[in-house]
Amino acid sequence: MNYRRWAPALTILGTLTLGSCGGDQGAAEGGEILIGEYGSLTGTTATFGISTRNGIDMAIDEVNAAGGVLGRQVRVIVEDDQGRPEEAQTVVTKLITSDQVVAVLGEVASSRTLAAAPIAQQYGIPMITPSSTNPAVTQVGDYIFRVCFIDPFQGLVMATFATRSLGLTRVAILRDIRNDYSVGLADVFVENFQAMGGTIVIDQSYSEGDTDFSAQLTAIRAENPEAIFVPGYYTEVGLIARQARSLGLTVPLLGGDGWDSPSLIEIGGEALDGSYFSNHYSVQDPSPAIQAFVSAYQARFGETPDALAGLGYDAAMILFDAIRRAGSTEGAAIRDALAQTADFAGVTGTITLDENRNAIKPAVVLQVSGGQLVYVETINP
Amino acid sequence: METFLQQVVNGISQGSAYALIALGYTMVYGVLRLINFAHADVYMIGAFSGYYLANSSLVQTTLGTSVFAAVVVMVGAMAICACVGMLIERFAYRPGRSPAPHVLPFWLGILGAGFGYQAEGGAIPIFFGSSVGAMVGFFLERVVGIRPERRYSSLKVLIVAIGVSLFLENGGQIVFGADPKFFPQIIPTRPVQIGGLSVDSQRIVVLGVAILLMVLLNLVVNYTKTGKAMRAVSFNIDAARLMGINTDRIIAFTFALGSALAGAGGILVSLMYPRIDPLMGIMPGLKAFVAAVLGGIGSITGAMLGGLIIGLAEVMAVGYGQSTYRDAIAFVILVLILLVKPTGIMGKGMVDKV
Amino acid sequence: MKGWALWWLVGVAVLVVLELTLRGVVGPYNYQILGLIGINIILAVSLNLINGYTGQFSIGHAGFYAVGAYTCAAVVVYGGEAIRGALPFFPALAQDAVLLFLGLGAAAVVTAVAGLAVGIPSLRLRGDYLAIVTLGFGEIIRVVVLNVDSIGGARGFAGIPQLANFFWIYLFVLVTIVVIHNLVHSGFGRAFVSIRDDEIAAEAMGVDTTRYKILSFVISSMFAGIAGGLFGHFTMYLHPNSFTFLASFYVIIMIVVGGLGSIEGAILGAILVTAGLEVLRGLGPFRLVTFAALLVLVMIYRPRGILGSWTLFGRKSGAKARPR
Repeated sequence: MNYRRWAPALTILGTLTLGSCGGDQGAAEGGEILIGEYGSLTGTTATFGISTRNGIDMAIDEVNAAGGVLGRQVRVIVEDDQGRPEEAQTVVTKLITSDQVVAVLGEVASSRTLAAAPIAQQYGIPMITPSSTNPAVTQVGDYIFRVCFIDPFQGLVMATFATRSLGLTRVAILRDIRNDYSVGLADVFVENFQAMGGTIVIDQSYSEGDTDFSAQLTAIRAENPEAIFVPGYYTEVGLIARQARSLGLTVPLLGGDGWDSPSLIEIGGEALDGSYFSNHYSVQDPSPAIQAFVSAYQARFGETPDALAGLGYDAAMILFDAIRRAGSTEGAAIRDALAQTADFAGVTGTITLDENRNAIKPAVVLQVSGGQLVYVETINP
Repeated sequence: METFLQQVVNGISQGSAYALIALGYTMVYGVLRLINFAHADVYMIGAFSGYYLANSSLVQTTLGTSVFAAVVVMVGAMAICACVGMLIERFAYRPGRSPAPHVLPFWLGILGAGFGYQAEGGAIPIFFGSSVGAMVGFFLERVVGIRPERRYSSLKVLIVAIGVSLFLENGGQIVFGADPKFFPQIIPTRPVQIGGLSVDSQRIVVLGVAILLMVLLNLVVNYTKTGKAMRAVSFNIDAARLMGINTDRIIAFTFALGSALAGAGGILVSLMYPRIDPLMGIMPGLKAFVAAVLGGIGSITGAMLGGLIIGLAEVMAVGYGQSTYRDAIAFVILVLILLVKPTGIMGKGMVDKV
Repeated sequence: MKGWALWWLVGVAVLVVLELTLRGVVGPYNYQILGLIGINIILAVSLNLINGYTGQFSIGHAGFYAVGAYTCAAVVVYGGEAIRGALPFFPALAQDAVLLFLGLGAAAVVTAVAGLAVGIPSLRLRGDYLAIVTLGFGEIIRVVVLNVDSIGGARGFAGIPQLANFFWIYLFVLVTIVVIHNLVHSGFGRAFVSIRDDEIAAEAMGVDTTRYKILSFVISSMFAGIAGGLFGHFTMYLHPNSFTFLASFYVIIMIVVGGLGSIEGAILGAILVTAGLEVLRGLGPFRLVTFAALLVLVMIYRPRGILGSWTLFGRKSGAKARPR
């Protein structure tokens, strides 16, 4: 046998075989409850997937330590979708059909959830998204739930805050065109703000991943707004704040829950002082449940939990609660129990799921001040 | 008017970022006819090297935020990048061109280290994994006799470049973590008022350093013996070899130089835009390559010029046009220049010999 | 009955049987993978026409893939009701088929026009420059799509009906393979290969290189468009993030790994890369790192790809890619 010719092919086959041996797949052992989780663990939005996974892991460990659900231990199979919608579809199909999970948790970005939700709906497996805020997600079908508020509400929250509490009438918009969350939130804000009598002086956009916003900010500066609404992810917001300040723009920035991350202040620094954003919960909330969650998370992961971690935790906990109430792990039973979730005390607020399977819960407005996120007010639906 | 001038300043800032990366691209392409896709990732490694160096206790405690600290960090990062660049050249690009032993042990060693890292047990599994990988590599190379095929084809080299780029990006995500980090401001910044414009003092420094590097590079390429050898290799590699030039060494040097520039670019750009993450090089890298082509591939001043033009064009398009099409601007310029004058602004025409 | 017609009937019958039974036998997850493999085969074989046989270095395939995908989806989603309304007497399955055909037809036409628009200016360039220009065009297309709201933009295009399945995908795989195979083993094919081997000599011999290059480009992009249409209707959701230059790179990797200049190589490459990425999932975060390292190794040790220019049917379509 001519080794030289075949060796490369054999090396590749060998590596592939080794690779497929790794990982923890396999059927549920000894009465375990298997749940699936998918998220972007690599790629540009990797931190979101990792935060969510941390929150879910904490929930699972807590529940297992207390004896499991329905007397059975819970195990999660995590799959990475690399931030690509077709990957999301593939991994969810694998989780549901190959790994036989009883429910799926995920994803953070609405575009990936939208790609994968039809699969869950088709197979009658409940899917709970911790943080996709685009309204279209739960419209896919009655097996799709979310534990966060939706963009129409969040946009309304910030518009209300801007007009009522800050008394603003002239606001500029700087949205992330590459991010459906940002575009959706910006649209809703514009609609509500104008309905409340405000004026949008200019509407600029950037792309997720950009580092230079001076062109947009200079154009905004020329219009003299009283504030800038930046409904993007913290990754860009920090830089935007810095560049705005160095261009002489001292007006406050407003934003949404995409700002929430331990790295926001690290990247934005003092430039963010005096800016506000809407979020799911405040780390400063003195309620014992939240404080317990925060300190447990800090002890385990070494940083303050962001809203995504909190939502991941709540999504998992709501799922376990629904399984307990349903008394079974059958898809339709879990779905019915989920649909009846009311006044669930989550770390991200008291959660009730409405008839569209969206969460009705208040939003908090936080202010960045002196390197801390300070609670300002709560706005109820 | 003031807004316009401010936008011009913004454009020059952004443009100098692209120019720095473009310098390395244009050099390597000029010598090897290779679009080194991995260049953008060496830029990223430069940024992270700077990050770790600047945050290291050594620099923090002994040097603080003095100019000396900045220089140390910069030189350190450039050195690291030069090494990385040479490694890439040696173990990815050279095998297709010249005898290059130990390629398999190198790669399998890294893969083995990766497997070891995944086993999670600290340094021992990593060491064990990489040793096993290296041994398998040696076995395959020496005993079984697998040798690289030395047929140069630009498509093959391009794929290797893409592979290295993917490797560095994803490897970076594992090693550095995927979350964006904040680059320490080792050159502090103050807004400086010139007329009605506000410019960061930092950006002036960055532009200055970029121009300085360009001048230095020019000196090296045009006025040193090694530079002459580099130019000879870029004209005709076989003739250069026949004239007694050690082409392998010159090419390694070119990579080292280009990668060092990428590293410098990484530091300087990260100072201006202090957010770094393992995927930060992709888009700027593409646009910088467009800048290199625009300016005339192989021309150093062309790379600077190209970078500035692209930066200005982007900023103007965003400020006065539709900001949503920003990413497309660079590529539209690319298409236009390639249709009108493919050799670029400063490029010399390269005749296709039959 | 003529030989080829018999073969087609057999092929269609086999596909129908597979479609009805496959999901049950291998499971929906593997069914999904097989579908994606089929789509990637069309992409790889079509790209091979321009890169492998004609020797023109194009990295913009994802752009045409996107154009086809969005066109087909738009036609079906926005025109679906009108078209269905015009065929009330057809059973649902036939209505679906007609809808799919119309969508794919529109996709093919629009993509061919796009291929023309991109090809005519680009094909004046050589080698690396052509590569970069096509990359640029691919990115421009993606940014444009991102900005068009009626096809979803950043939100993505949701609600696409699932009209494509294993049967349709592999039917078009067969069509693609047969068409390109016949093309390559004809006078056109010889012209393509002559351009690849030595363009100046070909021009000197009277081959209208511009015309053939553009033809090859247009045909190649047309099939990419069809693949796109099938993709949209298989995954029921489209988002510009699926069409970045990374997607173009993946297709190039497929044809190079399998063997440039060989249809069988393109098929093998598509299968290996798609399946390989799935298999490597077990490695978690090391998946892409390992994939990249393997890629580099394959290119260093076997740059002609696994199959080289080896072909299964017919004579070799010309000399191997010549060494420089």
